[in-house]
Amino acid sequence: MPNSNSSNAVASARLDAVDDALRGLSEKTMAWLFIAPTMLLLLAINIFPLIWTIYLSFTNFKANRSTPVQYVGLQHYQDILTDNDVWQFMQATAHFVFWTILLEMVIGFGLAWLIDKKFRGHSFWTTIILIPMMLSPAVVGNFWTFLYQPQTGLFNYIISFFSGVDPSSFQMIGDVKLAPWSIIIVDVWMWTPYVMLICLAGLRSIPDYIYEAAEVDRASAFRKFWTITLPMARPFIMLAVLFRGIENFKMFDMVNLLTSGGPGSTTELASIALKRVAFESWRTGYSSAFAIILFVTVFGLANIYVNALKRVKQG
Amino acid sequence: MKTKTLMMSAALAAFSSFGASHAQSKDLTLCWAAWDPANALVELSKDFTKESGINMKFEFVPWTSYADRFINELNSHGKLCDLIIGDSQWIGGSAENGHYVKLNDFFDKEGIKMDTFVDATVVGYAEWPKNTPNYWALPAMADAVGWTYRKDWFAKPELQAEFKKKYNRDLAPPKTWDELKEVAEFFQGREIDGKKVYGAYIYTERGSEGITMGVTNAMYNYGFDYQDPKTPYKMDGVVNSAGAIKGLEVYKDLYKCCTAPGMTNAYMSEGLDAFKSGQVAMQMNWYAFFPGLAKDPNVGGDKIGFFVNPAGPAGQFTQLGGQGISVVSYSDQKDNALKYIKWFAQGKVQQKWTDLGGASASKAVLESDAYAKSAPYAPTFVASMKIVKDFWAEPSYAELLQSMQKRVHDFVVADKGTAKEALDGLVADWTKTFKDEGKIK
Repeated sequence: MPNSNSSNAVASARLDAVDDALRGLSEKTMAWLFIAPTMLLLLAINIFPLIWTIYLSFTNFKANRSTPVQYVGLQHYQDILTDNDVWQFMQATAHFVFWTILLEMVIGFGLAWLIDKKFRGHSFWTTIILIPMMLSPAVVGNFWTFLYQPQTGLFNYIISFFSGVDPSSFQMIGDVKLAPWSIIIVDVWMWTPYVMLICLAGLRSIPDYIYEAAEVDRASAFRKFWTITLPMARPFIMLAVLFRGIENFKMFDMVNLLTSGGPGSTTELASIALKRVAFESWRTGYSSAFAIILFVTVFGLANIYVNALKRVKQG
Repeated sequence: MKTKTLMMSAALAAFSSFGASHAQSKDLTLCWAAWDPANALVELSKDFTKESGINMKFEFVPWTSYADRFINELNSHGKLCDLIIGDSQWIGGSAENGHYVKLNDFFDKEGIKMDTFVDATVVGYAEWPKNTPNYWALPAMADAVGWTYRKDWFAKPELQAEFKKKYNRDLAPPKTWDELKEVAEFFQGREIDGKKVYGAYIYTERGSEGITMGVTNAMYNYGFDYQDPKTPYKMDGVVNSAGAIKGLEVYKDLYKCCTAPGMTNAYMSEGLDAFKSGQVAMQMNWYAFFPGLAKDPNVGGDKIGFFVNPAGPAGQFTQLGGQGISVVSYSDQKDNALKYIKWFAQGKVQQKWTDLGGASASKAVLESDAYAKSAPYAPTFVASMKIVKDFWAEPSYAELLQSMQKRVHDFVVADKGTAKEALDGLVADWTKTFKDEGKIK
């Protein structure tokens, strides 16, 4: 007992000392003390690697070689921006991003609109719809390769059932024309529920009295949708576009597992090309420049978009 | 008393930690790919542990991530692997970047003679620079591309008769690429035992090395080479010679006419699946898988036959596979790792290695009459190992490989451009790589 009392007294004295020390600090210093650990962590894992990558992008450094590093100036940037292959990867990425966002928005908003009607069993159907987005992209990529198998895959059989064509007569991931659509279909299947959730939040945020006022004014269903639902849900839709746009611009795992960028380079998105050049060809300096270009592109586009989003919210 | 107790505890802790580190120092980690021969090596290595008291640990990684995983490990100077069975193409980079221990002095001291191993494996797995007596590995796993075929289908009298009528020769394992295509066309889409079958399985994988390891089997035999034998790094007119272009077209023709649908990104395991499920009449694959196939309950035994990669107008060659075993220079256990190599190089161990399902590169094992009679694939394996050629083993091999993967896959699978454009593009890519490396001006 005496021991316990003395240790309590020591702890109490220490707390008092800390208290005294803190009392002497200004609010600003306190604020810095609180955010310092986070800032240090950010500097270590975000800012420093970014600065290091920028430095490497001006050198011929190769991570798998012990040869001396040489400064090459803007050579890598010039090579990348004049390389037809890089433009082809960017084109494939743009095609993927555009169509996935468009389809996910249309289907996602449609599903949210239906779910918002609160029909019987809507909770059950919401859960069912959400399942794809709960799966790992690696799992999705793998099992869709089986679904797309021309001889045994379910996808080809379903198409065959409705169209009458031989299931083994077309290859979703092996055909140059169909492969870009095969990755779009999978992404839409997986991420439409996510868009639906955001849109549903938007729809549920619209106060009922606005619709009631419209009823009083005898507004048609289309008129209510066009002048109330869509404008009021627009900030949410735009947020969903932003999230999906950024995610799909850097899409890697699912597409890598599904097509490995093939056939040829048909579905070689910018992120897959970047991985190849960085960790298969080991052109570290060149890939750093490529990464910086991609980063600036996404960052720039996202900033423009965020400003537009702000205007929509204010308007 | 208290001080005394503390001192004793500290001494005990120090002693026990010494004990632990001492025990740990007896563990050797060997890194390789996860496949059938790796299991045989685990079995074989039990003898080493018995003899030396050194425990063996194994780090096996699937082929698809094997290169990524271990090259990363070597580049980061990691200590995970004490011994590594690295791919033949890694030898240049691993030697020049100091990842592997040079073994010349060790071989001299221990009396390990490299001329006791098959010449192609010494050049392919151990030497850097090539064709110089600088050894960085001991040939460990001999391998090459070969072919399997459905012997039972080939033997069907009605098919024999139909084939003879159509091609005026017996339906037999093809000896040339022209014959290969004819046989593949003959089987393509045919119904056998109530099931639709396809002519041939060939490599088309895009991500790692698959399509390159496949297409070279046609291209070598039509005149492709990596450089002018008289002028190192001179590639124009060799890589894109008329013969090389023809070889690439032949591979594409075979892919288009006679493979199963959906085989657009297929490598070793897809080939095994296609053959085991009775889908294809002929399969290109590494010999390392053939012991397993020969014993397969559905397609092994009397149903399977083997043949050497068919010849072309420019000769008969096949793609070298396989690996050498090296000591990682960042290991803390180099002495024990060298002990393992000394043990592994012994004649009796090499024989047991082959008996267990590995593939020794020792001449005494591989070229013996006993081996030729030991398995149905053995004679063709011995013949194949005499005609092997390998991809670049330069330090920049990964970049060279990625260029070829892209150019060839674009042409063969994605129908992009012509064979000449693909190979001209490849010459341009490789020239740029070697210029960046300072190998050419």
